[in-house]
Amino acid sequence: MSGEALPPATGPKVAGPQTGTQAAGPQVGVDEWVARRAERREYLPSWLGTAQRSVERVGWWPRLGIAAAAGALLPVLGLSGFQLQVGIDSLVFAALAVGLNIVVGSAGMLDLGYVAFFGFGAYGYALLSSAQIGANGIHLPSLVSIPLVMIGAAILGLLVGLPSRRLSGDYLAIVTLFFGEAFVEFTNNVAPTKFGGANGIAALDPIHVGGYQFLSNASYYYLLVVVLVAVMAAMRLLETSRTGRAWRAIRDDQLAAGSMTIPVDRVKLMAFSFGAIVAALVGTVYAAQQISVFPTDFDTPILILIYASLIFGGAGSIAGAVTGGLVVMIIYDGLLRSPSDSGYLFYGLILIALIAKLRPWRRLVLALAALIALGFAVHALAGAISATWVAGAPQSTGLIADALRNWLVLPASSQTPGKVGFVLLICLLIALVQIKGNARIYLLVPTIYLASFVWETVLSANPSITRQLMIGAILIVMMNARPQGLLGARRVEVPT
Amino acid sequence: MGFFFQELVNGLTTGALYALIALGFSMVYGVLKLLNFAHGDLYMVGAYIGFFVIQWFGGASGLHIPVPLLLVIMFVLAAGLVGFLGVAIERFAYRPLRNAPRIAPLITAIGISFFLENAALLLFGAQYRVYNTPDFLSFSSGIRIGSVTIDTVQIMVLAMTVALMVGLRLIINRTMLGRQMRAVASDREAAEMMGINVNFTIAATFFLGSALAGVSGVMAGLLFNQVSNTIGFIAGLKAFTAAVVGGIGSIPGAMLGGLLIGVAESFITGYVSSLYSDLLVFCLLIVVMLVRPTGLLGRPQLRKV
Repeated sequence: MSGEALPPATGPKVAGPQTGTQAAGPQVGVDEWVARRAERREYLPSWLGTAQRSVERVGWWPRLGIAAAAGALLPVLGLSGFQLQVGIDSLVFAALAVGLNIVVGSAGMLDLGYVAFFGFGAYGYALLSSAQIGANGIHLPSLVSIPLVMIGAAILGLLVGLPSRRLSGDYLAIVTLFFGEAFVEFTNNVAPTKFGGANGIAALDPIHVGGYQFLSNASYYYLLVVVLVAVMAAMRLLETSRTGRAWRAIRDDQLAAGSMTIPVDRVKLMAFSFGAIVAALVGTVYAAQQISVFPTDFDTPILILIYASLIFGGAGSIAGAVTGGLVVMIIYDGLLRSPSDSGYLFYGLILIALIAKLRPWRRLVLALAALIALGFAVHALAGAISATWVAGAPQSTGLIADALRNWLVLPASSQTPGKVGFVLLICLLIALVQIKGNARIYLLVPTIYLASFVWETVLSANPSITRQLMIGAILIVMMNARPQGLLGARRVEVPT
Repeated sequence: MGFFFQELVNGLTTGALYALIALGFSMVYGVLKLLNFAHGDLYMVGAYIGFFVIQWFGGASGLHIPVPLLLVIMFVLAAGLVGFLGVAIERFAYRPLRNAPRIAPLITAIGISFFLENAALLLFGAQYRVYNTPDFLSFSSGIRIGSVTIDTVQIMVLAMTVALMVGLRLIINRTMLGRQMRAVASDREAAEMMGINVNFTIAATFFLGSALAGVSGVMAGLLFNQVSNTIGFIAGLKAFTAAVVGGIGSIPGAMLGGLLIGVAESFITGYVSSLYSDLLVFCLLIVVMLVRPTGLLGRPQLRKV
């Protein structure tokens, strides 16, 4: 796990059979190459890895404190209303990812009904703090309703976890997925007068503790920071406890864990229950902040978003789950909404990827020069053939638009060429992954050019679709390129 | 009684459709032990291909080729293109993960499903595309028995499903490729040692399974008349249910499961309420999974240590 204090990065991380001081050069019985390679794979490349190592030298709890302080200080620096909303959403998904991490990351069970627990928390809070049920409605104080909902979620988690005693892997995934679907169908269709149907439940009470009412977004931001830190701390304590070790044991080898007298069934149910409690807690705060709940807020796309957060950050690591939730949601909810921000993000990411991946520097410079030359050449050629071929304007604004004006060919009506380009781009990307060697670099240049064409024509114009595509792409790419996520530790799999 | 039989016919037709999707899904599961969540979206792509073929030849009311030829082109094109899409997905996303932990390809499959759904949204828009089947295949012509009508499209769907099912069974039981597929399904490593080209076999399985999804997509377009980018997910879920209820990896099981789900859904819609049909189908699945996880026709799997 990423939390443990690591030895200085110079030594091989995998402890070999060697003892005492280590002589220079290869030793008998120690595969240094393997060890070094294993270490390389565990950390991000180049300076990112160095940063990662220095962060890991600080202990887990001080890091949590620093992160919490940073999170709490952020609004003081001045956030706009939109940025505050993005912050709230990010915190919600970070906390959800931490909860999902218990079941998926620690215990290694694929729970595709997780979003239903989130929905259960939200709906539970909504029913207990609104005019929905009865003549005057139920208006419980938050300090009663939230724990009640959490207890309910724990029981529901136990029930949903019950199949995990008999089913494993794919079968469990299906049953939980159907549970999630059934929840959405239930809230959508059953007893619309009570559960609100497709119109949801509106006009919820704000969370109120004592005399204080959480009304503003800023107050919910702070509340969520507190909730997230509390959840992280609780999960850290759980993960380092006997239960946490038991979870990892059944994840790695259920049979072996069982024969080591770990009560497999009970430990699995606990994982489900704890995951459900966290999701429900976050759900109550989410519902109170939104003032309303709708069935679509807890449908499959949200589930996939939580999974993308967890996978991106790294399943199995609390810090990874939180980082994933924050990063994915800030991109998804914040940056991708405005064309100018998303433009900087897109071109910035391409540039960073090129700088990180293309070695040596000569090759990078050559590729960039070829890219620029290609653009101007194509633009001049297209302009010479027909003026309407270059008559379009990029979707991006400001600096990027100025830079692209004479570089990118943008026809006057660009939607259809953009769509064709999108299909072509996917074919090129697949080809790029398949081929090896120098040909890859030659192909890289037109691919990037095509990517910016597609970006300026269709992707940037449809931010709501683009962000969903990004979520799908994150899942595919992360699983293939870096299954341990940004901060997770690579697991050694024992093939069975 | 007429209502009962009409619902039964409708249910059998829908069920045949589910069975076809479930079949491809089950085949892929057989060789790769992978729940291909993207399978439903391949079906959606097939439905779109059918729609664009109709548009290409002049639209439903102004076709300039004979209807049988149009149908052949629709089915062949959908099967071929979707088959290749399936192979590409396997090559690009699943093959690198063949020896990864079980959870990794599952998550990738979810990602691909989500990506395909949204790529279709980007390319084809959010509006429903309408086949306008009645304009070239009259719903009223067909067989009438008493008050029960079996229209042309329903007859075609049922006949094609049976034909495809028989054909697939022949491929799997009688041909070299089928034997290789069964070998890879039962033990991939041993199959490889016996000189079977595992990569090719898996790709071929993906092609066949995806082609079936494409064909059923066109059928769904003809039958339900509507195509949108979201039809794949729910159809995929129903197909999972069918495959699982029948016993995953078993072809007669997929057929049986599909028909059961279709008929159950049709009766629930007809006699109870269309609101609860999905909910009850999902509950049915959960019960089957809990009581008999191997499905109706599945064999229990031995656990190797």
